[in-house]
Amino acid sequence: MSIFEWSFVAAVLTSATPILFAALAGALCAQAGVFNIALEGQMLWGAFAAVAGSYYTGNAWAGVLVAVLSTAIYSVILAVGAARWKADPIIIAIGTNLLSLGLTGFLLRVLFDTSGSFAPQGLDGIGTMPFLKGIPVIGDVFAGQSVLVPLAFVLIVAAGLWLRLTPGGLRLRGVGEHPDAAATLGIGVARYQTWVTILGGGLCGLAGAQLSLGNVTLFTENMTAGRGWIAVAAVILVANKAFWLPVACLGFGAAEALGFRLQGIGAPQQLTDAAPYAITLVVLVIMRVVVTRRRTHALTPKETLV
Amino acid sequence: MIARLTRHPAVVPIGAVVLAILIGAVVILLAGLNPIDAYAAVLQGSLDVRNLDYTFSVWGFICGMGLVAAIPLRMGEFNLGGNGQLVLGGITAYVVASQLGLPGIVAVPLALIAAMLVSGGFAAVSAPLATRFGIPIIISTLLLSPVAVAVASYLVRFPLAEKGSGNAQTPVLPEDAHIWSLGDLRYTTVGLLLIIAVMVIFYIVDSRSAVGFELRVTGANRRFGEYAGLKPGRLALGAMGSAGAVAGLVGAIIVLSSPYRFIDGALISPGYTFAGLAAALLAGGRPALVPVTAILFTILQVGGASMERTAEVPRQLSDVLQGVVIVILALRVVLDRRRAGAGKDS
Repeated sequence: MSIFEWSFVAAVLTSATPILFAALAGALCAQAGVFNIALEGQMLWGAFAAVAGSYYTGNAWAGVLVAVLSTAIYSVILAVGAARWKADPIIIAIGTNLLSLGLTGFLLRVLFDTSGSFAPQGLDGIGTMPFLKGIPVIGDVFAGQSVLVPLAFVLIVAAGLWLRLTPGGLRLRGVGEHPDAAATLGIGVARYQTWVTILGGGLCGLAGAQLSLGNVTLFTENMTAGRGWIAVAAVILVANKAFWLPVACLGFGAAEALGFRLQGIGAPQQLTDAAPYAITLVVLVIMRVVVTRRRTHALTPKETLV
Repeated sequence: MIARLTRHPAVVPIGAVVLAILIGAVVILLAGLNPIDAYAAVLQGSLDVRNLDYTFSVWGFICGMGLVAAIPLRMGEFNLGGNGQLVLGGITAYVVASQLGLPGIVAVPLALIAAMLVSGGFAAVSAPLATRFGIPIIISTLLLSPVAVAVASYLVRFPLAEKGSGNAQTPVLPEDAHIWSLGDLRYTTVGLLLIIAVMVIFYIVDSRSAVGFELRVTGANRRFGEYAGLKPGRLALGAMGSAGAVAGLVGAIIVLSSPYRFIDGALISPGYTFAGLAAALLAGGRPALVPVTAILFTILQVGGASMERTAEVPRQLSDVLQGVVIVILALRVVLDRRRAGAGKDS
């Protein structure tokens, strides 16, 4: 089996998309000055809600809707707690992450009378794009993907443009960069932060839905398995710039997809599972070294003294 | 009088626990089950005299993992990589105790020390990652943890695996290399005494030594600490190194105790790391309170299994309650602020 082929690119996209949605949520929150590390738990809740919604209604899109709305509601704890009440976002996030893990496992037992994983017969997954078949390259890469995959890229471009070009985007960045100055200009800092965090919750719902109804059609306990943290790392890596997120997330997607390939040719699963985390950390370090070096070169001697 | 009572420092943690238990009761009711039966089963299962031996050993592990979170928390850092540090200590202890062929009197202490060194060194890596490369400790510990877990899992499945066993586990350690039990108890060992000793040491260092003071100053106000000449980088190195060492110690004790082998997943699945973190947060990072708050999470942990058996409430409720306690604790600042405002008015 050759390592590079179009199906591999497709696998990279599949792995990267959930992380991409979550990372966009993290980047928007970071731009508004909210350190959101609740992505992991919100994504896990979204994955569960999507499967539950699709199971009860028989329609994957109803599942996606349930995931987006319920995760947005779930994120109100963080939004109101951190932005309005000024509680520590890290502690809230640790709590809500643990709560998601417990609650999804609990509901799995109570609602579906199963533990570990839930994959009912005929669970409706998110539709793919078979009409793209036959188009060279695009067809190979996208035809088998869920519709949410291109949506992730559309949303990232839209968010990037919104941040750069619109007054709302400028205010959001202002709120993050200099909350006091933004408040002086009459911008409701807490209100902006609250709504961005809730919007981020909705995006994490999409991330979860893509994970449980797009990449596969099942839910397993703790199925996010650290993807939310890789999204946080991606946000740090690109210094909150939404436009660069695809680069970072596709990198992580490539690490995961490569892992699957290497497993196929006999590499131990334990080591390929660990690769995305190790690679993420190494890339973070390399980026910091490069950025710091460039920055110190750019500074005049006078500035370096300060 | 009532006002003075509500200002007592114990009100917030106890209130958080009571509120979490009530929320848990509502969750159980919504699931169509009986909360009173469930909580009764939790208490019975964990405080039954026949189970106390096991309960005590779990309390020790949660206290230990409480310290793993509490030590960095003292300087305002979050160590969420306890699982990796725990597992690395466990596998190191197994290798030292089983492969070197030493007599027990040497093998056990050596295994414990090696586990502390390896896990301590592993956790300490997060300090320079934060100070030199600006990667927050909370992120690097979380990214490093699955790597350590995967390496241990690989070792136990392949090079160290028990031949002919379907389970991912190592062979049983030679009798000589078992950690010494206390009397005829099965689960409570010398390890519990070691963990208590470590808690006493942390308490003394925290409250009586210069390093402990520096740690707390840095936690309270990092910029002031730097202004006063403290080195947050060095403090982080020490705090993460000692936290990792304690995690390694706990992992080593678990592996050297009954059933005397490294079973893949057995160190992580009981959730000691996050129970410890919850205990540390509930204690507000104060070392003297960690053993007290750990009691609560021990009861939840041990009682969870019997709750599942007798009241049919899934044991995941323990995780739900831990999460709720932490969220309530984070939100208590609202209460503090309202109180401060009320004080100003009067």
